[in-house]
Amino acid sequence: MSGILLGALLFWACAWALNEWLVRQKPASPAIKRLIGILVPAIFGITILVIWEGIVRGFNVPTVLLPPPSMIWTRLVSSLPTLWADFRQTFLKAVLIGYAIGCLAGFVVAIVIDRSPFLQRGLLPLGNFVSALPIVGVAPIMVMWFGFDWPSKAAVVIVMTFFPMLVNTVQGLASASPIDRDLMRTYAASYWQTLFKLRLPAAAPFIFNALKINSTLALIGAIVAEFFGTPIVGMGFRISTEVGRMNIDMVWAEIAVAALAGSVFYGVVTLVERVATFWHPSVRGGRA
Amino acid sequence: MTASAPMAAPGAGSNASTAAFRRVAESKTFAILVVVLAIIAIWYAFTVYLNAPWQLDTYRRDGQEWTAMQLARDTMAQERPVLPSPHQVVAEIWKTTVDVRPSSKRSLVYHGWITLSSTLLGFVIGTALGILLAVSIVHNRAMDKSVMPWVIASQTIPILAIAPMIIVVLNAIGLSGLLPKALISTYLSFFPVVVGMVKGFRSPEAIQLDLMRTYNASTSQTFWKLRWPSALPYLFTSMKVAVAISLVGAIVGEMPTGAVAGLGARLLAGSYYGQTVQIWAALFAAAAMAAVLVALVGIGQRLALARMGARP
Amino acid sequence: MSMQASPSPQGGGERNARASVVEASGLGLTFQTNDGPVQALSNVDLAIGKGEFVSFIGPSGCGKTTFLRVIADLESPTSGTVRVNGMSPEEARRKRAYGYVFQAAGLYPWRTIERNVALPLEIMGYPKQEQRERIKRTLDLVNLTGFEKKYPWQLSGGMQQRASIARALAFDADLLLMDEPFGALDEIVRDHLNEQLLELWKRTDKTICFVTHSIPEAVYLSTRIVVMSPRPGRVTDVIESTLPRERPLGIRESPEFLAIAHRVREGLRAGHSYE
Repeated sequence: MSGILLGALLFWACAWALNEWLVRQKPASPAIKRLIGILVPAIFGITILVIWEGIVRGFNVPTVLLPPPSMIWTRLVSSLPTLWADFRQTFLKAVLIGYAIGCLAGFVVAIVIDRSPFLQRGLLPLGNFVSALPIVGVAPIMVMWFGFDWPSKAAVVIVMTFFPMLVNTVQGLASASPIDRDLMRTYAASYWQTLFKLRLPAAAPFIFNALKINSTLALIGAIVAEFFGTPIVGMGFRISTEVGRMNIDMVWAEIAVAALAGSVFYGVVTLVERVATFWHPSVRGGRA
Repeated sequence: MTASAPMAAPGAGSNASTAAFRRVAESKTFAILVVVLAIIAIWYAFTVYLNAPWQLDTYRRDGQEWTAMQLARDTMAQERPVLPSPHQVVAEIWKTTVDVRPSSKRSLVYHGWITLSSTLLGFVIGTALGILLAVSIVHNRAMDKSVMPWVIASQTIPILAIAPMIIVVLNAIGLSGLLPKALISTYLSFFPVVVGMVKGFRSPEAIQLDLMRTYNASTSQTFWKLRWPSALPYLFTSMKVAVAISLVGAIVGEMPTGAVAGLGARLLAGSYYGQTVQIWAALFAAAAMAAVLVALVGIGQRLALARMGARP
Repeated sequence: MSMQASPSPQGGGERNARASVVEASGLGLTFQTNDGPVQALSNVDLAIGKGEFVSFIGPSGCGKTTFLRVIADLESPTSGTVRVNGMSPEEARRKRAYGYVFQAAGLYPWRTIERNVALPLEIMGYPKQEQRERIKRTLDLVNLTGFEKKYPWQLSGGMQQRASIARALAFDADLLLMDEPFGALDEIVRDHLNEQLLELWKRTDKTICFVTHSIPEAVYLSTRIVVMSPRPGRVTDVIESTLPRERPLGIRESPEFLAIAHRVREGLRAGHSYE
């Protein structure tokens, strides 16, 4: 069906030209600027989908290898109950609970070791070191300890999110400038007063940085942990089994759900960050 | 004319040694050492604690008398412990690296090499592609506005989840072994490098770019003389992230093919057959590999930046 | 010798009659650095009476900021003594005896101006109603009424520094320690703020210790000028100002003003400050 392929290529050329024209516009109103800012990547994304469809249909690529977007969409729509059950198991249970516990634990430990420079000197390099390790590898151990169900996946998420939160919180707590700390000394403020009124608000940008990083790590951790063994539900489970059955369109549908979940999760954390750190130059738009 | 104020005089003679002791106590290495030793001690304690129930059951079944010392020793040497003791793991690593021929299928060296080769291949290709894409993003507005948002958005997507699919699909069209895993690693290491290098290529201050314009420098001259050197620190930082995630990708990529070879395969096999100590040994090997790779990038970073006159 | 004869014949007796807010005797502070010991302060004898406006002037390294920080218990002396309100600096700090104004405004960007001024009041436990009154009063003193709900980044540098001064005035402390508060501002804003500071001083009758590296500023603001020099940090001259308390900006061109400024320069030169 070379007609579809030709159509796709034509669409690509037009879309590219349109984008090239759009980026050269210099609109006066910020609203139009923002609209263009969203339109250009959207056009690019749609173009990718169109080309994908065109190539798969045009070259008659076997759908077990690479299904066209249209087929993925049909499969997605018809499998909503399964996708929802998987989402509930992986995201709502393993990811959210593990994320909450892991971030909270990292935060609490950071506060606990705040009064001990010795512990900070010892734990921080360790935290940085652990962040580079393939932590998903602890998944089989967690399965051994906590069973096949979601608690073991939540445990993996906890381990993955703990260290970035710890390292960033400690960095954030240290970020208050000497002048700010001297000021608190001149007020004879207690340790807790200084912590709550100065150091925690000053640490907020760092803490949110970790929360954003962890939102991605949590989802990855939960899904990959499911590759190592899980009851018959879960996003990772679905992906690995459908891959085994060569139902690649179902795999893509599951991936689409995971992608959506990941970006929405990240987006929500970013929104909260904007509200909580409204005062930070990066959020205000860079004005000093 | 003012007389100099007398310095506070500490006890004579002990001055030098107390100062040296204080320097050691306040050093980072000492703190890390103490923390690591504490972790090992806690680990041993937990080994006994977690393995004790099964051990006590065994004693009861065999009608055996036991002492605390015996319990401690036995819990540290179980075949299928809940938590292997540190020396058990070290012994297993020793057994599967030094005591075995590197080419044997039971050698951690063999499996480690399999994982390492796809990690490195994927990392190198991913970094190269990432730099290329970053260059085009920085120099072409359309690329910047259309592709960059997707690169940033992709960081929120659990890309690792598609690893099994890529392996199986590529196997189906005849590509198997090293290449599909390397492709996963490529895909994973690509994104941090793009994001980091775009930031790096854009890092020169406005006044520096203006200066280049006053010289009427061409785009390529500005790139090689200004943008590329400014971006080097960012390159090494992203490469550290990229190499670590490349390793994770290689490990995950080894699982779908029925867990035949590689560290990921050893992890999965150990998990299936309940070989706890094997799992821990493979995990430690992977962790050591990650640490060495990141350290190597760090050394490269220090060498490259030192040649550019960066402060140590 | 650390203190030279001051022009006022009644100087010593006058000072003893007024209560001494700060008394330093043989004060010294030596820092241990990687390059060896550094004498930041050496043998400083000084008494500051209530209601005075004392400027400390000298180049960097002369110990003026260090002296202020010792009074504030932000540094500890290695020799000699210093009493604040008759107590050790630590006790004085615990009793919140002074307000400190830093070189940078140091306002919290996550708090509005009025909540920034409220910061010390919250920490020291003032009741809510009193907090409101004090905030209103001090913001009025520094002419920032109307800017209560603004955030620091919405204000200019000069206004931020005024808010910082208001914060230091909000609670009951008779001593105000100011460390080059106007150093980062341009000269025109600075002149304006100098005038306002004098006005403030007259209205609140606080004792002010003011560190600066600007000779005109020191001469314009103070009742007494302490000239310091580096290596080691020490006092080379103490000048009682003969200028009247009413000082319009134009006084800075008067012969009296220039004579005092000249004497300050001589003191700095004697301490090798220009080398």
